[in-house]
Amino acid sequence: MDMRPLAMLPEMLLFGGGLVCLLGGSFTARRRQWRLRAVAALALLGCAVAAVLGSLVPGSAFEGAFVVDGVTTAGRVTVAVATLLVLLLAGDEVAGNDRESETYALVLFAATGALVLTGARDLLVLAVGFLLASLPVYALVGLRRTARGAEAALKTYLVGAIFGILMLLGVTLVYGLAGSTSYPDLAARLEGLPTVAVAAGVVLVVAGLAFEAGAVPAHFWVPDAAQGSTGLAAAFVTTVPKIGAVIALYRLLLALPDTLAWGLLVAVIATASMTLGNLAAFGQEDPRRLLGWSTVSQAGYLLVPVAVAGTSDLALPSMLLYLAAYAVTNIAAFAVTTALPDVRDLAGYAGLLRRRPGLAVALVVALLGLVGTPPTAVFVGKLTTATAAWDGGMPWLTVVVLGNSLVSLFYYLRWVAPALARAEPAAGLAAPRPWSARTAQLGAAISVVVGLGAGLLWAVVDVSLLP
Amino acid sequence: MLSLTVFLPLVAASLLLVPGVGPTAARWGWVLASALELVLVGVLWWRYETPPDRSLAFDEQVPWIPGVDSSYHVGLDGLSLPLVAMTAVVFLACAVYSVRDPDRPRSRAALFLALETVCLGVFAAADLILFFVFFDLSIVGMYVVIAGWGHGDRARSALQFFLYTFLGSLALLAGFIGLYLAADPHTFDMLELARQDPFAGGGTVAAAVLGAILLGLAVKTPTVPFHTWLPPAHTDAPAVGSAVLAGVLLKLGTYGFVRLGMVLLPEAWRAWAWVVLVVGLVSVLWGALVALAQKDLKRMIAYTSVNHMGYVVLAVGAAGVVSSGTTEARSIAVSGAVTQMVSHGLVTAALFLIAGVFLDRSGTYEIDRFGGLAGPAPRTTGLFAVAAFASLGLPALSGFVAEFQIFTGSIAAVPWSAVGLLGILVVSGVFLWTLARVFTGDLGPSSRGFTDVAGHELWAIAPLLVLSLAIGVAPRPLLDVVEPAARSVVGLLGG
Repeated sequence: MDMRPLAMLPEMLLFGGGLVCLLGGSFTARRRQWRLRAVAALALLGCAVAAVLGSLVPGSAFEGAFVVDGVTTAGRVTVAVATLLVLLLAGDEVAGNDRESETYALVLFAATGALVLTGARDLLVLAVGFLLASLPVYALVGLRRTARGAEAALKTYLVGAIFGILMLLGVTLVYGLAGSTSYPDLAARLEGLPTVAVAAGVVLVVAGLAFEAGAVPAHFWVPDAAQGSTGLAAAFVTTVPKIGAVIALYRLLLALPDTLAWGLLVAVIATASMTLGNLAAFGQEDPRRLLGWSTVSQAGYLLVPVAVAGTSDLALPSMLLYLAAYAVTNIAAFAVTTALPDVRDLAGYAGLLRRRPGLAVALVVALLGLVGTPPTAVFVGKLTTATAAWDGGMPWLTVVVLGNSLVSLFYYLRWVAPALARAEPAAGLAAPRPWSARTAQLGAAISVVVGLGAGLLWAVVDVSLLP
Repeated sequence: MLSLTVFLPLVAASLLLVPGVGPTAARWGWVLASALELVLVGVLWWRYETPPDRSLAFDEQVPWIPGVDSSYHVGLDGLSLPLVAMTAVVFLACAVYSVRDPDRPRSRAALFLALETVCLGVFAAADLILFFVFFDLSIVGMYVVIAGWGHGDRARSALQFFLYTFLGSLALLAGFIGLYLAADPHTFDMLELARQDPFAGGGTVAAAVLGAILLGLAVKTPTVPFHTWLPPAHTDAPAVGSAVLAGVLLKLGTYGFVRLGMVLLPEAWRAWAWVVLVVGLVSVLWGALVALAQKDLKRMIAYTSVNHMGYVVLAVGAAGVVSSGTTEARSIAVSGAVTQMVSHGLVTAALFLIAGVFLDRSGTYEIDRFGGLAGPAPRTTGLFAVAAFASLGLPALSGFVAEFQIFTGSIAAVPWSAVGLLGILVVSGVFLWTLARVFTGDLGPSSRGFTDVAGHELWAIAPLLVLSLAIGVAPRPLLDVVEPAARSVVGLLGG
């Protein structure tokens, strides 16, 4: 056991980049703040490169509290690429804004938090990751100083604070019972202890992670944050924290003793998230709010492989694939809304195909991708997670996944239909913002390429997980 | 060679989308690409030799997602080759039919060409995931066709179509996952699954998997009671969309019955063949009777499609009712089912294209608004009469060859399936009555000023009917391809 601080180089790069943005913002003229965007992009690229290089020397760091293995690497690269895509949206939404540098700093800090969650192998590190990933998010959601933005920030903060406290309580409880917070010790030490107490502790920790993942029961903030904040913040907070939270939950579940059906607990959360998210998205008129609820349901799908962690060989690779696929597709969908910031109802998309065919195709690919239509990446993710669920002894969960996909099709089509309609193009479609439009197209293209090349990705990605 | 055939239309579609391609170039490019495609399919047919059991001609395989043993695996046999050929013919007919249509020709041509690749892909696929990818994309493509080029309440019909058939495709996917997990080693490869026969022991999981697959296919085919999406989808789809939907897309369902149900789950198929048979019988009678009550020409044709697909389901059900000494009869039933798929594809595509002529001239499909059309539109009358006779199974046309085989085989295996003959009787009545109402008697309000079919419409519709006649007069070239495959499938079922 040694410290090996360099094992956390990717996290350090991101955090350092965030600090440079924060401090540099005070010394950079407003019209030159694009330099800070370049700094942030460089930090993210550096993070991805460092993550890949770091995978050459796997192992634990900080006396086993943090671990670098195949899963950490996959999570780091996904977070870095997803954040980079989100950063592209800044080109037209945040550029020249009086909160530009702060936006970059907060995004980088929160991304660092997601990375810490990804590699955490100790409940205390998990708690640090939670705080680092959630505190910047509160500020990020509230950066747009509108009534809706304020409400969203307040809601996010309240839900986050409550679930953060619950999580710390859970950590305390587990520590009190086990006498250790390190994952490798938990299984042996929790064995034979009163199940109710152990269950209470674990459920509280899981609840905290549910906030990060935007899953039931801690999902209330998601639709408001998606609707009330800037498009950039919406895309970020519905994508990147999920990656960290889902991987962290997977690690935690593997570390627990077999005294209780933890998988079933996660399966129930997954089912509730999918179903509630889908049903709530039905009546939405604001595309961002609709997407917000859609991400709640997507969190449910993402938790499916976690429910069969350890019981199906497919669980881990399918989860990593789905995370990457979801991140790219979801950002593409949000990018369409930031490309047309003034169009805030579904009817406003009427005639998009005629007016802006490129953007319309990106929208259709992204939304049908979220449904899980082949050959997009989410299809492969959904196929493999559904297979993993059945393989892991939960065929009912497979049926739930497929049934919910059908339900979700309905509201995605409520958005697709006007976009494809032969109607006279609506007024708001005249001038889509270039950076966002390009990002949407890029995300949609990546989604299709990853779907077609899934086999290659499957072969390349190392899915080792150090216990 | 086969992959080239499958993807040529998609390549052509992407070429048409290159900026700068004019509307005329797009329309003729579509015709050219479809014609080239037909030539390629002709070459495939010419070079085709019946493959040994449990193997495919023109077999091509490239790993796709090795983690779940899914590959890009395509190949043809006597079940799929005739359908591939029929698909190429129907799409060419649609291209020719649309050659004067000014409605966004570039994107329409690209969309239909992409749809052609997708349909060919389903028939050629020898991997369940590949099959599903193409199957699902066919739904997306048809949704865009109805929503983008349809008329009437098209948004609603398209939505209903998408939701309903997507339900079917998800049920299918659940069945595929069940098959994958039952196989050891796990695989999505159809040939490997047929070899392993993972559900040879029967059991509840086998029944559930077959149930999911049957549900998925029953929605797509469609059979009663899952047929309610079909009439509105047809009514609001453009003529070429209807031709493809009825001619090709419905076959994806019936083809699946044979390719997935019978071949991959023979044991469960035998156990549940009665259910399939009864569903087929009900579809035959229900489709025929409801067609009788229709006032709208397109809805009438749509319901006769339910009836005709019912014959196919009836035949594949009867083929699963195993008793000693009926092997020959049951293989005739399967061969009749494949022939019916080809025949229905050609004839119904022709009928829907003729219905398109009606809408183009008069803006309505209402049968009562026409009458006495034989005078002003003799060529339309001739085409419709031939198509109607082919559809109702008049000898010397393809429908007769198909239905004769289906009933010979089915009645020999299960005598009471003869009840289905009533369906033929009723459909004959429907078509003759429609012919009488639309083409004879006094001129109806929409018959005045009705211009006869133009050159390009004639060139689109007539070849379909000529092919139907060719199959009816000389069925051997088709049956020589189909019969070995039918015998091989029935051999899998035992008996």
